[in-house]
Amino acid sequence: MLTVATGNKAVAAAVKDACPSVVAAYPITPQTEIVEQIAEYVTSGELKSQYIPVESEHSAMAACIGASITGVRTFTATSSHGLHYMHEMVNWAAGARLPIVMANVNRALGPGWNIWAEHTDAFQERDTGWLQVYVGSVQEAYDATLMAFRIAEHESVLLPVMVNLDGFLLSHSMHPLQSVEIRDFIPPIHLPHAIDTANPAGYGTLTGPDQYFRFRWDIERSMRDSVNVIRETEEDFRHRFGREYHPVEEYRCDDADVVVVAMGTLGKEAEVAVDLLRKEGVKAGSMRIRWFRPFPRLDLSGRDVVVIDRDYSFGFGGVIARSLAATEGAKPFSVIAGLGGQEVTYDDIAGFVRDRRPGEEFWFGVMPDV
Amino acid sequence: MSTRMRLAISRPTRGACGKTGSWRVFRPIVDLEKCNSCGICAMFCPDAAISEDLEIDLDFCKGCGICAHECPKKAIRMEREEK
Repeated sequence: MLTVATGNKAVAAAVKDACPSVVAAYPITPQTEIVEQIAEYVTSGELKSQYIPVESEHSAMAACIGASITGVRTFTATSSHGLHYMHEMVNWAAGARLPIVMANVNRALGPGWNIWAEHTDAFQERDTGWLQVYVGSVQEAYDATLMAFRIAEHESVLLPVMVNLDGFLLSHSMHPLQSVEIRDFIPPIHLPHAIDTANPAGYGTLTGPDQYFRFRWDIERSMRDSVNVIRETEEDFRHRFGREYHPVEEYRCDDADVVVVAMGTLGKEAEVAVDLLRKEGVKAGSMRIRWFRPFPRLDLSGRDVVVIDRDYSFGFGGVIARSLAATEGAKPFSVIAGLGGQEVTYDDIAGFVRDRRPGEEFWFGVMPDV
Repeated sequence: MSTRMRLAISRPTRGACGKTGSWRVFRPIVDLEKCNSCGICAMFCPDAAISEDLEIDLDFCKGCGICAHECPKKAIRMEREEK
């Protein structure tokens, strides 16, 4: 069905279609509309779920953990400070191997108090064992949320998945949305270690120095296996519903001399900048990283690389730029732009490419010269 | 091992960390005169060390005292273990 929806409504629509048994959530700007819409679906009977309004994000994740460990499908949504309030439980969800799906509407961290888009909130959760996908459109927010349930619950994965969308730029802007008849796209959930009341047990119990590392390794093993599960799921999604996704969306990269790497809506903006640069005769391309965990491989060899980070790791650098330096040996022109919703246009991005200085870091709006 | 271990799960008499009963400082003593076999102690035991027949498995009971706290008949008392 074709409608017009905000990114928040698109996520809620996907949750309705995936039909989790339990949704536990706490509102926070700019995510509030997701949980409000889900509450409406539950009230109207369109979604047969237990909706648990909790008193905090820590409780929201704790409630999802308690529900998920009984073997049912669960969902929650949060943003920024809410995400970090549940940080302890975010680790627990992954360590307990629970396929919880969470939408995180990317928003900057205070102070100064700021409710606009930035990726640092979710990047700070990157080592928890959650899979993370970042979307570039309202349609993709819907599609990625549907796929997140199937990927998280796959027997080779059994890890939680975080679907990230840029605050306001996607959460509150309205785009066309084509929903799907999911039928058996998401198989029934089966959690092999679900609670069995006939066989009582203690969960996540004390695990000594002789055992703990084995469970950590199993998370990494599943993270590696998830690469194929993501590929299969995205391929089946294209086959059934016609829309194509990859861990990295390449745009006009085949003959590119310079590649712009970015995430979320900035990755989409970069595609417009590439068209502009091509008209000027610059052989530019762009790569939009969608899956941040597991971190993908990018073919950057022999090309200039311009990385735009809507995030920062203080005392270290732009997280994507430094990650690509580590995984691909890239020496990118590292642009820090879009923090706290700072406006970055395709003209600005074209400027980063024209005036690139490989190996250097550039703070947009702070430093002169670009 | 036939099934893959993803999460540390301890079961009564097969704990994830060996016989944790050796950590016990206080031992639960059940007064069978007061006990009405309601089973609340078994329900609350975090280590599932109390069986359906309300036998306490002292190999795994860490002596936390939750059973004594929850017992509506005050039929369980905690006594310091003798060294």
